[in-house]
Amino acid sequence: MASRTPEGPPPPPAVQRLRLRYARRERLRFSSHRDFQRALERALRRAEVPMAYSAGFSPHPKVSYAGAAPTGSASEAEYVEIAVTARCDPERLRAALDAALPPGLDVLEVVEVPLHGATPLADLLEAGVWEVALLGVGEAEARRAVDALLAAGSAEVERVTTKGRRVLDVRPAVLRLDVVDPAAARSTTGRALAASSAASGEPCAILHLVVRHAAPAVRPDDVLTALRGVSDLAPPEAPRATRLAQGPLLEGAAAVADPLAAERGAVGV
Amino acid sequence: MPPADTTADDDTTPHGPTADGSAAPGAPALPEALDAAAARTARDGRSVLHRLEALLPRVSKPVQYVGGELNATTKEWDCAGPATVRWALMYPDAYEVGVPNQGVMILYEVLNERVDALAERTYAVWPDLEALMREHGVPQFTVDGHRPVGDFDLLGVSFATELGYTNLLTALDLAGVPLRSAERTEEHPLVVAGGHAAFNPEPVADFLDAVVLGDGEQAVLAVTDLVRAFKEEGSPGGREELLLRLARSGVVYVPRFYDVAYGDDGALASVAPNRDGVPWRVVKHTVMDLDAWPYPKQPLVPLAESVHERMSVEIFRGCTRGCRFCQAGMITRPVRERSAEGIGAMVQKGLEATGFEEVGLLSLSSADHSEIAEVTKGLADRYEGTETGLSLPSTRVDAFNIELANELSRNGRRSGLTFAPEGGSERLRRVINKMVSEEDLIATVATAFANGWRQVKLYFMCGLPTETDEDVLQIAEMAKRVIATGRQVSGRSDIRCTVSIGGFVPKPHTPFQWAPQLSHEETDARLAKLRDAIRSDRRYGRAIGFRYHDGKPGVVEGLLSRGDRRLADVVEAVWRDGGRFDGWSEHFSYERWERVAQRVLAAHGLDVDWYTTRERDLDEVLPWDHLDSGLDKDWLWEDWQEALSGVEVDDCRWTPCFDCGVCPTTDTSIQVGPSGRPMLPLSVVRASGVLEGAGTSAGGTP
Ligand code: B12
Ligand code: SF4
Repeated sequence: MASRTPEGPPPPPAVQRLRLRYARRERLRFSSHRDFQRALERALRRAEVPMAYSAGFSPHPKVSYAGAAPTGSASEAEYVEIAVTARCDPERLRAALDAALPPGLDVLEVVEVPLHGATPLADLLEAGVWEVALLGVGEAEARRAVDALLAAGSAEVERVTTKGRRVLDVRPAVLRLDVVDPAAARSTTGRALAASSAASGEPCAILHLVVRHAAPAVRPDDVLTALRGVSDLAPPEAPRATRLAQGPLLEGAAAVADPLAAERGAVGV
Repeated sequence: MPPADTTADDDTTPHGPTADGSAAPGAPALPEALDAAAARTARDGRSVLHRLEALLPRVSKPVQYVGGELNATTKEWDCAGPATVRWALMYPDAYEVGVPNQGVMILYEVLNERVDALAERTYAVWPDLEALMREHGVPQFTVDGHRPVGDFDLLGVSFATELGYTNLLTALDLAGVPLRSAERTEEHPLVVAGGHAAFNPEPVADFLDAVVLGDGEQAVLAVTDLVRAFKEEGSPGGREELLLRLARSGVVYVPRFYDVAYGDDGALASVAPNRDGVPWRVVKHTVMDLDAWPYPKQPLVPLAESVHERMSVEIFRGCTRGCRFCQAGMITRPVRERSAEGIGAMVQKGLEATGFEEVGLLSLSSADHSEIAEVTKGLADRYEGTETGLSLPSTRVDAFNIELANELSRNGRRSGLTFAPEGGSERLRRVINKMVSEEDLIATVATAFANGWRQVKLYFMCGLPTETDEDVLQIAEMAKRVIATGRQVSGRSDIRCTVSIGGFVPKPHTPFQWAPQLSHEETDARLAKLRDAIRSDRRYGRAIGFRYHDGKPGVVEGLLSRGDRRLADVVEAVWRDGGRFDGWSEHFSYERWERVAQRVLAAHGLDVDWYTTRERDLDEVLPWDHLDSGLDKDWLWEDWQEALSGVEVDDCRWTPCFDCGVCPTTDTSIQVGPSGRPMLPLSVVRASGVLEGAGTSAGGTP
């Protein structure tokens, strides 16, 4: 209770910080950010990662999450930072955590960052690159919609949130939007849909999208709503979005850099 | 009750087919649905995931439908050739309630361990997805392989509560399986029910092909053997023959092989087998030696949040405390303990396999385990400093021991203790055989407050046999004494007591199976008086919280608990009227049950009161008399009479057998310790494989 002080010594201090990149694939794209948090905390315990804990009455492991992809979309580039009380080998940690998480939540990379003074993850993740596969939509139709959106000065969409309806302008956040050749699809889903479309003759448009992270965050489905607003684009099947990358915006180019690159060099792992 | 994640507004309420069999508005039988039905007759277990995925972005909490939990198993459809025995196991409630269920988890593992069988799980889908599935012709699916439930050989349904019955009908309908057993053919799975609420399956007997009474571990294996042999022989004689073999084996109860006759007074006249070799009575299954059944070994860890975010280890089965209202205690006798060693091993393996941070030591009355002190101390020592919490979910006040509670809360959380005196007055506690004196309770509570606890929860029932307003008003007095004691012992003013009240529902296979149920009007009136008595108290009123449900859901539970086969029409009509998720207050409609039940029952010259508030007498044939829980009916009647005169009965673990009948009928005996096999000391602080310079193997879990 609030008036009691926790018993025992303070928790052991953190001696190392590590950043993780993980993917959320296939059917597990329907897991929410909260679902992932729970799964990760359990996986950390299963993998016996010597987590640093916060002090207090209900100590919790020190994990910081940054900008999770919305429920329903897949991602190849989600980031998390953890702090541990004994030095860990990044590759061993990666393999152990990956084994402790269900298939579909896959730990791809673990990099050590300085214990103090590293640029916060959230600041590094300035923009995201997305691939959206639109089954049943032809390339020409998609291109017309994309051109109309890029030509527009603003594109307001309405989103229903738990707090009610809110209107946001999608256009400023869209740094790049292309219709690419299906053969250039990069995500597993995009490639699979492109392949099945090539086989069946059913059209499938693949969009590549770079969005700047802003508050409120613009999501791929907001961009699709905007596309629908400026054209008559109406995908017959649910669009399949995959986040391909996140990171600092590259000067002058609508593209992102690897957010772990700098630290990887700095610590020399 | 767990909170709902979907609120049914008008466009998302279920649209089952209407009574005339046509589709209800919003649930058109599209040609696609017919294709799906045609495709299903192949019964090849082909995944419907791609069709489902298209719907998931449009429903709330889609993760509950995708499976993929840690420790889930998906086997090849033909893993043992065409004679592979395939079970779909259903918990007929939302995923978040069903996924932590131990019963289903155990059977899932026991079956999947067999090379010649496979088991997948399915849960009730929320009305938003149900409507989309109907619109797009997606059948009821398993969350493991996303296979159509209709493709399996058996659909095993676990009934923990009667309020899951309507959800079974939704699942059957979505699976393309006729609701009534009599209308099913070779193309459909056998629908097999189990669990506590299947001990009187009569109200849903017409929807079931077979019922397993009691523990399921060995029973599902025996059923699997029979089904496999039958398939290997080329299914001679079809469904009817398979059911006959199952019935004759005595492993299951097959309702269709029993004719029920009714007398002029509306009560049952007789229940008799209508085939040669089908037993007159079907006896429940009892697993002996729990140490030989250490399941679940690999508890499921869902991604979605569930109602029970911890790992459970069942430390014993059965209970002979003899509380007369408690069906669970009566139908699970005799007591069978798992040894301290067995418990320790299950906790260790389960935590390694799951990463859960809390372990619940589960049973009907956990502090009664003969080695409970060693177990809790051993576990608390073992997990000291690891952030692993322990809990004892069901703990009796008299067996409660503050030292135990202190062990459990070593990590610091000492927020609240729960006690269940159940009856407000000493007299009433004698009637229900809950032998707790107020003095004992107050003494225990005092120790608790002295040890730093600040909050106490007290559970009671309202509507118990012979109860008067006076008995219930005593609850207020007890709560006030708890606060007064707490303030005095601790010298603090922030002491709280929460009084939580449930309506009593008489259950089959208990001494109270003959008792009249209190009407919901009287229940509500009695509780209103209690609430006023608490609120009007100036000194203590504010320190006492009061939580209760209105009496209406209890009436429906009571109707179904002691119902007979005539209720199948009620259940079906309620379902057709839109009844779903009856365990959820936001979905439950008393008005619907009442209206439909009165209409349907009128045809038999009966009404809801006849089933609920009517007292039965010894001569009446009860709908479950042919289903043998081992309890001797004469003993139950004697115990009922003793209840009425306030005579208590002891616990046969500590006093001589009082001949309830269970041990001789089921050929079992009490299995309690001390086992002499203590928990193995084990240090959990091992060198983790993820550390720098650790051994070559990457990965923490061996
Ligand atoms: C943990 C627990 C909970 C948890 C978890 C529930 C869950 N999802 O599993 C929570 C806290 C959520 C809970 C909630 C409730 N619970 Co509860 N709960 C328990 C408890 C302590 C353990 C249940 C358990 O896991 N048992 C062990 C397993 C292995 O047993 P089992 O499920 O019966 O399964 C075996 C057999 O029955 C059989 N079997 C089961 N299913 C099937 C299916 C087939 C096909 C076959 C062949 C065999 C079979 O085989 C299994 C293995 O032998 C019991 C008390 C107890 N010890 O049993 C109460 C208990 C089951 N709960 C009870 C009640 C009343 C409730 C609530 C209604 C409370 C409320 N008012 O809200 C809700 C209902 C929730 C719901 N909708 O289901 C009562 C049931 C009373 C009754 N039927 O007479 C019990 C018995 C407690 C009591 N003494 O009153 N509960
Ligand atoms: S038969 Fe006797 S020993 Fe067995 S449970 Fe009943 S009273 Fe206890």
